[in-house]
Amino acid sequence: MEIITGIVDNINYIGALTLFVIGLYTVLTHANLLKKVIGINIMETSIFLFFVSIGYVKLAESPVIDTNRVDQVFVNPLPSALILTGIVVALSVTVYSLSLIIKIYEEYGTIDLDEIMKMRGNLSDG
Amino acid sequence: MKKAFFIMTLVFLWGLMVASIIQMPTSGDINNPSYNITTHYYINKTIRDTNAPNIISAIINDYRAFDTLGEATVLFISIIAVSSVMKNTYLKKREEKGDH
Amino acid sequence: MDDLIVRTVTKWIVPFIQVYGIFIILHGHISPGGGFSGGAVLGSSIILITLSLGYKKASGIISHSTSALLESGSIIWYVLIGIVGIISGNNFLTNRGAGFYMGEVGDVISSGMIPLITVAIGIKVASTVITLFHTIIEED
Repeated sequence: MEIITGIVDNINYIGALTLFVIGLYTVLTHANLLKKVIGINIMETSIFLFFVSIGYVKLAESPVIDTNRVDQVFVNPLPSALILTGIVVALSVTVYSLSLIIKIYEEYGTIDLDEIMKMRGNLSDG
Repeated sequence: MKKAFFIMTLVFLWGLMVASIIQMPTSGDINNPSYNITTHYYINKTIRDTNAPNIISAIINDYRAFDTLGEATVLFISIIAVSSVMKNTYLKKREEKGDH
Repeated sequence: MDDLIVRTVTKWIVPFIQVYGIFIILHGHISPGGGFSGGAVLGSSIILITLSLGYKKASGIISHSTSALLESGSIIWYVLIGIVGIISGNNFLTNRGAGFYMGEVGDVISSGMIPLITVAIGIKVASTVITLFHTIIEED
């Protein structure tokens, strides 16, 4: 019973963890480099969700002050402000890896990691 | 075979993380350790310090403006990195066009 | 993408997207939003033009050199606002102590340097998104 209430109360955290595991599965099992980038993006999103739901408060409002009222309860504004940095870094990393994938495609003619490894293996064995 | 091994490992990892998540302070409670003195300072003193009703905007543009300058630098560096990686592609394309 | 419906809808909807982005940037300190989200909306409008009307049309609206200029200019503007704090004898990026116009709570022109910095970040993010997208596709 305790476990069930724990799961229901922390459903945001568990959703974030599930997204993280889905992203990790995508990165591990797909040989296509673009799909690996998509998996990394899913993992980043799960971390953002986890961080923002730490600051969540039940029945609270978004942190915009109304000066006519005094009884406002706000959610924690600090995680939401800090996660903006994470979003910017995620964008930069995604764009950089996409440009590297374009270069890899020019060099090898494929973005499938298994085939690239096969080509490189032939080179190093001989 | 390989896939089944991955799935089993990841399910085990998920269970491990859920078991540790349940021990955390409950989500949505105002008495969480994350709702600490820093948060109370931002909520109570934002109007006095900056005259801006949006607390998040006050944090990222006033209290932590130096951090935001770093973010702008990250964007700048990402443009430099992408341009330097893609530069050879343009040169090659342009040469091919000039030849034909 | 050469499709009549996509082209027509793009032509109709782009001005509204841009007005919405500018609204988010200018009201960043009194309502939810801010420089990052507004800049992303502005940049997406140009990306929509590139995708549906072609690279030529988009670079006619904002060329590569213009967006590079906007990028560098906005970050220099940001640093200059910070240096105002040093000149007035305070720390880098001081708001109230540096003598910016604080105004009334809830006005658009108020709260010192926050709208100035929000506008700088909005221009920076919009031009960065546009430049990155055009650098990656570059079909000319």
